[in-house]
Amino acid sequence: MKNVLLVKYGEIAMRGKNRYLVENRLIRTIIKRLDGYTGYRVYKEQGRILVVNEEGDFDYDTVIPIVVNILGVVAVCPGIEFEDQSIESLRRHALMHFKEHFPNGGVTFKVITRRSDKRYPMTGNEISADVGGYILHNTDGLKVDVHDPEVQLMVELRNNAYIYSKLIKGHGGLPYGSSGKATVLLSGGIDSPVAAFLTAKRGVEIEAVYFDSPPYTSERAKQKVMDLAERLSVFTGSIKLYIVPFTKTQLCIYEHTPPEKMTIFLKRAMLKAGEKIALKNKSHALVTGDSIGQVASQTMEAIYAIDSAAEIPVLRPLCAMDKQDIVDIAVDIGTFDISVRPYEDCCTVFVAKHPETKPKKSIIESMERKIEGLEELIDEAVENSEIVEF
Amino acid sequence: MIYFDNASTTKMSEQVMEYMCEFMKKGFANPSSLHSLGFDVEKEITKARKIIASVIKAEAEEIYFTSGGTEANNTAILGVAGAYCRRGKRVITMSIEHPSVRDSFRELEKRGFEVITLGVDEKGYIDINELESAVNDDTILVSIMYVNNETGTIQDIEKIYGAIKSKNPDCVFHTDCVQAFCKHPINSKFADIITVSGHKIQSAKGVGAMYIKKGIRVNNLHFGGGQEKGFRPGTENTYGIAAMGKAVEIAAADMEKSFEKVSRIKNTLMKITDKLDNVYVNGDSEKGSPYILNLSFKDVKGEVLLHALENEEIYVATGSACSSRAKEKKKTVDYIIDGRGANAVRFSFSSENTVKEAERTVESLMKNVPMLRRFIPR
Repeated sequence: MKNVLLVKYGEIAMRGKNRYLVENRLIRTIIKRLDGYTGYRVYKEQGRILVVNEEGDFDYDTVIPIVVNILGVVAVCPGIEFEDQSIESLRRHALMHFKEHFPNGGVTFKVITRRSDKRYPMTGNEISADVGGYILHNTDGLKVDVHDPEVQLMVELRNNAYIYSKLIKGHGGLPYGSSGKATVLLSGGIDSPVAAFLTAKRGVEIEAVYFDSPPYTSERAKQKVMDLAERLSVFTGSIKLYIVPFTKTQLCIYEHTPPEKMTIFLKRAMLKAGEKIALKNKSHALVTGDSIGQVASQTMEAIYAIDSAAEIPVLRPLCAMDKQDIVDIAVDIGTFDISVRPYEDCCTVFVAKHPETKPKKSIIESMERKIEGLEELIDEAVENSEIVEF
Repeated sequence: MIYFDNASTTKMSEQVMEYMCEFMKKGFANPSSLHSLGFDVEKEITKARKIIASVIKAEAEEIYFTSGGTEANNTAILGVAGAYCRRGKRVITMSIEHPSVRDSFRELEKRGFEVITLGVDEKGYIDINELESAVNDDTILVSIMYVNNETGTIQDIEKIYGAIKSKNPDCVFHTDCVQAFCKHPINSKFADIITVSGHKIQSAKGVGAMYIKKGIRVNNLHFGGGQEKGFRPGTENTYGIAAMGKAVEIAAADMEKSFEKVSRIKNTLMKITDKLDNVYVNGDSEKGSPYILNLSFKDVKGEVLLHALENEEIYVATGSACSSRAKEKKKTVDYIIDGRGANAVRFSFSSENTVKEAERTVESLMKNVPMLRRFIPR
């Protein structure tokens, strides 16, 4: 008998012929994230991914938080694996597992059995009733409740037998990297890290871009974005951050545009720079943290006027979310506390007091064409990007 | 590198660093231990205590070590309030104190004390007549700092002490002397409690001291093993105290010389007000401390200028380092002249700075300020 961690994953099962590719991707990510912890092996068995430690004790306290945060994992269950599938063996192991996890008893429970080998002499329900009766008989203060039990003891019969009772929920989604690649415009704010997380959750590999404007922005603001990227790597395994020196571009826009339109031009320049970085790196979309109506540059008119700056798709996963819902996710994924550090990411010099909320796309575009040297400045900025990997 | 942020903290001087390292090698014992190793360390602490006492013309028995200026200020204010609350509930402070004083008074307000906060004029001075009329029989504590940490404004401590005592001889007067210690003459005759810090005078961080006049009661905020006569228990920061003793000895001996030197540095830097338009001195441009120069550059955000100067390895401050992290809208400078805080930059000096550095900074400002003024919030 040995301790194992069962990894449950969701939508992968729907993927037809590509299923094995996606499963392998998830296994590779788990292996990578457990790199550095000796003895762990990750393998597939009949629609389950299993983690075992072949060299020593299974350190659940360390391994569970790592695996449960990997995108594509619906849940993990610490349990036991053993070969002997006789009913006596099932009873004995089930009781042992139960006593280990609920040493004080005092819970309501039920046993659920799944068996893939239909030649087994008992049906699933018969096994459940037998094992449940045995546990009840040998433990004090227990009650069976088949409708709403506090504990569901799972017995699974595959090539080996598995018993587990705790289910720790993961983020779900698809395995990271199974749906192509996108480039996220990461600011130091609350929204963009959430947009990055949600996109990555759909299996999209992400790279991040930050626009740095010294002396208008500080080293600490940059550090904040690096910390956000590092936090995101907990879910993705790793992440690349492009830090684009954007001061010259911003000052050029400042000098050539009326204050109330400045933000629109600035955001267009950011999309252009982001697109250049994306295309260089075989990334097929940009991702922003825009949420409709949150600020002046996030009205429908403004989004329309900004969007045409880039040809590749601009995904806005937060577009229809309320601020509070975004905050809730940010808190959940641990980016909120980093985002609210009081360093400004974009100096107030570049935000007009009364920005225009209904810019006209045609006017913006024709004005932009007249800004001499803007394209070159954007190229130069992209060229001089610093790359940090987490 | 030009380090003009000495009011935040200073670099330890070579001499003090050497002294501290030597002491760390042999003076590792606990001063409370009964053996001779412990006694040797105790003697070192006594030596530092005597040095500090002599600089402010006090007795060694009146000096207590703390973990720094903040703890000293907290203890002074909360401790006096605790000791005398049965006599009265009125306490007085001013609008441009260090956060460690300001927030202690906020705490007293929460505890039901009547807190009077005196405003200051356009140079940062309180009105002593106003103070005098604010002191009544119920007033148990007045806390007014000597040299302001942001602008260098020097309050007339002697007159303030006289005014308070003429109205109510039992009212305790505390003065935060963190920025004045070993830089300006301090006489303990004119205060009941004086608080100072080591790391502002080329010593190590983590040590401060309180002078408490004999007969003045201050409740302790810490409880434990009886160190500092039970007033501030906890094993002493022996290395830091030894270093502070040495640093005070050096700084006190050089006080006049340093004063003259930093005066020249400040005057050199002040020339920027003639060379650039719309540069204002915050505080008293003539009688302020030569260790601090606070300037507002119109249309330039302080933090942006700070980062621009940093690019040329010139290090300055906006607001005090202690409060720049707190996201307060109104800065100390705004209490002197409202609206100037956002554009304020503080240059603060030590005797290790040079006039040449000030000249280079003037050049850098001449270059950077006009450039930054091209891009103003609109």
